[in-house]
Formats: sequence, structure tokens, C-alpha cells
Amino acid sequence: MTPTLPRPSRPSAAGLLLIAAGLFINLLISLAMARASHGWMPVQASSAAPHVDGLFALETGIGTFIFLGCISVIIWTLLFNRAPRYDLVDGDPIEGNLRLEIVWTVLPFVLVMLIAAHTIRVNHTLATLGGKERVAENGAAPALTASDRAPGTTFGPIEVIARQWSWEFVYPNGVRSTELHLPLERRADLRLTSMDVLHSFYVPAFRLKQDLVPGSVIRFALTPTREGRYRLRDAMFSGGYFATNQTDVVVQDPETFDGWLAEAARQPLTEAPNLALELHRQRLADGDHGWATVPPAPPPRVNVTTAVDAPHEA
Amino acid sequence: MTGSIPFDPRVLRAPHPVPGAPDNWKRFFSFNTDAKVIGIQYMVVSLFFLLVGGLLAMIVRGELITPPSDLVDPTVYNGLYTMHGTVMLFLFLFPILNGFNNLLIPPMIGAPDMAFPRLNAAAFWLVPVFGVLLMASFFVPGGPSSSGWWAYPPVSTQNPLGHLINGQFLWILAVAISGVSSIMGAINFTTTILRMRAPGMTFFRMPVFCWTAAAAQTIQLIGLPSLTGGAIMLLFDLSFGTSFFKPEGGGDPMLYQHFFWFYSHPAVYVMVLPVFGIFSELLPVYSRKPLFGYKVVALASFAITFLGLIVWVHHMFYSGTPQWMRNLFMVTTMLISVPTGIKVFAWLGTIWRGKLRLTTPMLFCLGGVVNFIFAGITGIMLATVPIDIHVGNTYFVVGHFHYVIFCTITFGVFAAIYHWFPKFTGRMFYEGLGQLHFWLTFIGSALNFLPMHWAGLMGMPRRVASYDPEFALANVLASLGAFLLGVATIPFLLNMVSSWARGPRAPANPWNAIGLEWLLPSPPPAENFEHDVPTVIAGPYGYGLGKPLVADQDRFIARSEEA
Repeated sequence: MTPTLPRPSRPSAAGLLLIAAGLFINLLISLAMARASHGWMPVQASSAAPHVDGLFALETGIGTFIFLGCISVIIWTLLFNRAPRYDLVDGDPIEGNLRLEIVWTVLPFVLVMLIAAHTIRVNHTLATLGGKERVAENGAAPALTASDRAPGTTFGPIEVIARQWSWEFVYPNGVRSTELHLPLERRADLRLTSMDVLHSFYVPAFRLKQDLVPGSVIRFALTPTREGRYRLRDAMFSGGYFATNQTDVVVQDPETFDGWLAEAARQPLTEAPNLALELHRQRLADGDHGWATVPPAPPPRVNVTTAVDAPHEA
Repeated sequence: MTGSIPFDPRVLRAPHPVPGAPDNWKRFFSFNTDAKVIGIQYMVVSLFFLLVGGLLAMIVRGELITPPSDLVDPTVYNGLYTMHGTVMLFLFLFPILNGFNNLLIPPMIGAPDMAFPRLNAAAFWLVPVFGVLLMASFFVPGGPSSSGWWAYPPVSTQNPLGHLINGQFLWILAVAISGVSSIMGAINFTTTILRMRAPGMTFFRMPVFCWTAAAAQTIQLIGLPSLTGGAIMLLFDLSFGTSFFKPEGGGDPMLYQHFFWFYSHPAVYVMVLPVFGIFSELLPVYSRKPLFGYKVVALASFAITFLGLIVWVHHMFYSGTPQWMRNLFMVTTMLISVPTGIKVFAWLGTIWRGKLRLTTPMLFCLGGVVNFIFAGITGIMLATVPIDIHVGNTYFVVGHFHYVIFCTITFGVFAAIYHWFPKFTGRMFYEGLGQLHFWLTFIGSALNFLPMHWAGLMGMPRRVASYDPEFALANVLASLGAFLLGVATIPFLLNMVSSWARGPRAPANPWNAIGLEWLLPSPPPAENFEHDVPTVIAGPYGYGLGKPLVADQDRFIARSEEA
């Protein structure tokens, strides 16, 4: 396609050595960046997290290598290929190099296809997403199927209900909570639904996110692998007090969890405190300034409310 | 034709965008059909809206400099960020790139004007119409649209006050009119490129900017009907009680996301392709070398057009999209890196062993290329389904797309403004102010958008008015960067206004560049080459080859200098 001109000069041995040394240093830096990339993430608290962080580290490493490689070319030209002030002569009229162009088309193609193939394998391993079903005409949620009640290490299903702007979790024994408690190392089956607009169930420490779509129930499964208290954030913009729509996930060892669930069942239902509602009341008290918003939905009545000031790890 | 036909002095003195000419300014406020007048109309209007959008961005960053929501009410914050995105996309980037299309396409291909001058003018005049509509939405009861620039239902159709005329209503009208304007422009630009090239200018002698413009406008023609259709359905859901997207009426909110992203992802390529063209034009000029692998770079534009139309579901990986579809769209998205990679490597090949001149346009080009390589790498990360499921809808995405839309596209826009400023105003700009503008912009943008990636990896969702204290450091840095970018516009505006008013007169070809537009006087006469159109005899980037671009080149050079 492109006319190929003979190179003005063959690269010297010293030049090749320099390039080899540069690539080696680049490789070392890229490996260091891949390793460092784990530190940019929150703690790993689900079985998905190591896979996500592994892919991220891989791509950070490859990305660093490519970025530094390209930047080195630019810096090299900036250092050594600047035109002197009154030099009006043109550069070498190199119009292309067919072999080089084929290489830089085929190599990226192979590289991204390898990354994609690897990722598809990881996706298969994670398999967090179950089916999505429309809520029936009469508003009833779709019936449970056998896969929802897999025996052994599975817990659930837990109904996850999102509103403007609150979270509510309903356990199989009828316990209602605004804080999500999960047993450690058990695959938790969640059934996500929204009462009004789109929301997104996002726990950064789990590296998992799934939208809640009004009119549908989406099945979602995850396995917590680390005890602790983590933030659960709404990640899909849901209107006026969107930013307040967060709560905590508490991962407990199964015995503590069972104790919590039994204790919770004995608690009476109370109206959960709700930050959006407080802010909205404040706004009305201050003369209702600001732009339009729907009023917050009535907060759910629950057995367990969120521990507001408890420190979260991620 | 042997003897030189000089430009008609009456034509040269006829109204042009030259300051000082009698009644010169009036034509910028009229329904003028001259592509160069329309080009400058687009540029000035869009730069005005860059300031509006920038001001909104600085209020947004002012709110986010501290964790609690304490500067404005959260509802006001939602409106501000929605309007920031909308103004920047529909009133800054699309119009300014249409400005370049108008200014550059006819002179670059040797055409006297556009194929449909009246359609062209009508397309422009729709911009102030929907601009006013959008600005008016700040003053209707309930405030402007506050559902993000995606306007996802059901949030966008909630209409809390219940008025027929509300911010969201005006927003949808504005976006629909913008779509109509863009389609009119696209028909005009593609026809001009296909039908009005100078004799001898085959497709493979056409400047890459025209290739990328054609590739981008093809996307507009294919994709925009989807967005406009989606917007109309949304309007009916909002105002007239239909339920295309309402689950309680049997609709599905996910449907809107398909309509929206089928156009709005390729829209990024509509904006970035001409900037790839700008990089491909400018790097050879300031490296004094031919564009490396010109034909492949030109063809890669259409590979991006094609692939760009089949990636939209990567915005919906966590929306309930089944696994097979996630995998499919991950593969198509990753494939885009191949044609874009070809372009990046070709630019590196172009500057390699060149004779670099680090003028303002070259600095913006190189800065834009560096930033784009970074944005490409985070783009591959976002294409990777499990990573996207973690960082999607977080500040990582905000950082990524600002690296594309500001640090690449807007850098390219600045480079092009400086590069072609002498050609279309007839005045030189002040290099010192230009360099100051570059360095403030480069440092400000890195400070603004790099820390966002970190906040996103740690789990900060986008569009929040308040956030947990662990994200404070990243947000303070980002806000400082945003304010620095605000400061960076001062030398830019100063340079543009004062250079245009009293800068030194520009010669016909101040950068010693190759291209038909540089064979015209600065500024070019109303109909460019008029009746003496040169015959193109070579490819567009003959730096160092010593071959003329057109037959009888010396005559055309003399003609442009006499004028």
C-alpha cells in the first residue's frame, strides 16, 4: 500500500543495545506498576475481587509498557530531533514502512484478542449474574426456581429493594434491614428490584455492581470472603438526593451471622432513619429553595437499622 | 490556461472576515451562506459556550472540593453537572468541529464553497436556537434538566412539579434540534467531500482531515436518527403519557439506553475523528516529514466508523445485559484499539527523525497525543467486563472520558485554532501567550483528571453531590486543576481577541505548510480559488520530497502572495 523507502541508515549495534536496554527498563517499571496497582484498590472482600484486581494489574502492566514505549519515542524526538532555530530544511521524507505497519496492526490485534479471551474465561468463572425477569402484570415477583435454592453453601435469596433514596434487605425468614449482613464464604443469592427509578447495587470492596431496574427482578450472586464492614453505594444516578443513597454491608462469620439474624427477628419494625428525608425536611423548613425534586419515598420499616457512625473499611 | 489570473481586487476587498473592513462584523449576525463566515460563526458561538460550560464545571468542582454538599443544594448540583455535560457536548464540541469543517473542507479540497450553502447556514442558525432554549431552561420553574446528559428514564420522566414546560422538556427539544442541525451539516459535508474536489484530487490525495470529517459525518448520518427517535419517545413519555420506557405501562427503561448509546457512543468518534485528522495534518507540518503511512491512516478512519457503530452495549455491562452480549461487545470494543493504534503509531513514525518545531499548535498536538495514549489504555480497561463492573459509573469513567474529550479532543481543537488562525483571520497570534496557554492547560488538565481515576478505583460513584471523606484528597487536587484550567482560558482569550484586532499581518503560508488552503491568500477570498482552481498532482504531505502539490505551483504561490 504505502511506498517503502530504503532506510537512510541501518541501526547501529549501539543503537540496538540502547533500545534493548530501554525495553528492559520499561519492562521492570511495568512489572512494578502492575504490582503497585493492587494498592490503588479497596480491600478485597469477595471471591470476584482477586479476579478483577488480577485483570486490572495485567492491563496496568501492559498499558504502562505501551505508554512508556510511546512516550519514550516522543521524548527522544523532543531531545534529539528539534529543528535548530534557522534550519528550514525538511526531515527525512519517509512515507511509510509496510513491514512496520503490518506489525503494528497485527500485534495489537493479537494482544487485545488474547486479553479478551482471558477475560471471557474470567467472566465464566465469576458468573455473578443470574436471569432477569419482568415482574408479572399483577405486580407479583417471579416465583423462585430450583436454582434459587441450591443447597449447601448458598444463602438466600435476599430481596434487595431500592427506593429514592433508601436500601432495604429482606431475608428469607422475613427479617427486614437497611444494612446488608452476609455470612462469610457463603454464596449469597440476591434478587434485585427497584420501586421507582434505576439504581445500582455497588460494593467497591466486592468489585461488583449491578443495576436495579424497575419492573424487573434481577438475580445476582456473590461470595463474601473477608469479614468487615464495607460501603454499599448507589452507583446509578437516581435523582435529587442520589449521593445519600448509601448503606453498609457487614460480612460476618456464619455463626455470628445466624445469631444476628435470629436476634433481628425478635426486634420490632421501626421506621429507618433516612438522610435524604432529613435533608428534604431541612430544605422545606428553609423555604424550599433549590431546583425541583421528587420527595423522598417513605423510609422502609425494618427490624434492623444502619449503624450510622460505624467506620467502614472500604 | 497559461497566464496567471490574479484575484479580482473587488472580490478581495469584498466582505471577508477581516477586521477593519467596512460593515465587516454585520455579516456574522446574518443568514450568510459563505462557508468561511459560517465557520467563524460556529467557532465564536462554541467558544462562548466553552466559557459557559467551564463556569458550570467550576461551580461543580467548587461543590466537590469538600466532602459534604455545602456550596449548592444537591438538586442544584444535579442540574449544574447535567448542563455542564450538555453544553460542552452539544454547544461546544459539536459546533466547534463543524466550524472547522466549514473553514477547512472547501479550501482543502479546492471547492469554492459547500455543496448546499443555504442548508449549511440553516444548520448553523439552529445552534443559537437550541442554545437559547437550553439556557432558558435555567429560568423555568423547577430549574433545568437534572437527570444527567444521558437523561435515563425513569428519573428523566419524573417531572416533580408536573408542569408541561419544564427543564427536561426544553432539554429534549434542544437535543432533538441539535440532532436535526447535525444531520443537515452531515449531508452537506459528505456531499461536498464526495463531489466538489479539485481536479486531480483523488481520494488518496485528499488531506486526512477530510477523510476523518467524512468518516465522522457518516456516523452522524447513521447514528443520529436513533438518538433523535429515542429523544422523541422520551418526550412523549415525559409530556404526553405514553409508556415506551415506563415499566408500569409495559415499557422498559433499558430500551432507552440502547437508543441513546447506539448514537452517543459513536458520537465520541464523531468528535475525536476530526481531531485525529488535525493531528495528522499538523504533525507533518511541524516535523517537516510526510505523514507516516498516509493511506492506512486515512482508511483506519472508516474502520473506526464501522467498529464505532457496534460497541454501544459496553455502556450497559451492569444494566442486566446477559453474559454472551457482554463478551461480544467487549471484543468489538477492544478491536477499536487496532485502527486507533495504527494512527497513534503513524504519528510517532511521523515525528521520528523529523525536524520538530515546538510552536503552540505543535505543543497542543504532542500533548494531545500523549493524553490520548493514556486515555486509550484506560479505555481498554473499561472495555474489560469485570473491570468495568467495578469502575463503571465511578470517577474512573469521568477521568477516562475527560482524558478523551478534553485532554485529546479539546487539545486538538486548540492546536487547530492556533494553526489555522493566521489563515482565516489574516493575523498572526502571539506565540508567548500561546505557550503559556498550553502549559497552564496541560498541567491543569493532568491535575484535574488524573486523580479522578484513583477516586474511581477506590469506589467513588460519579454524579454525587457529597462523598465519603476518604475521597477528599483526590477531589481537592481535581478542583485545583479545574480552577487552573479556568485561569488558562485568560491567555487564550487575550491572545485570540488582541491578535485578531491588532496582530501582525499573516503571510499566505506562515508555517511553510503543504496543502491547497496554503496556496490561498490569508484570509482566503470568498470563493477560494474562484475560476482558477489548481490541478492536484501529488499526495498531501510531500515534505522533503521536493515535488509540487499542484500543477503550476509557483504561479499559485505568487498569486496568493500578490493578493
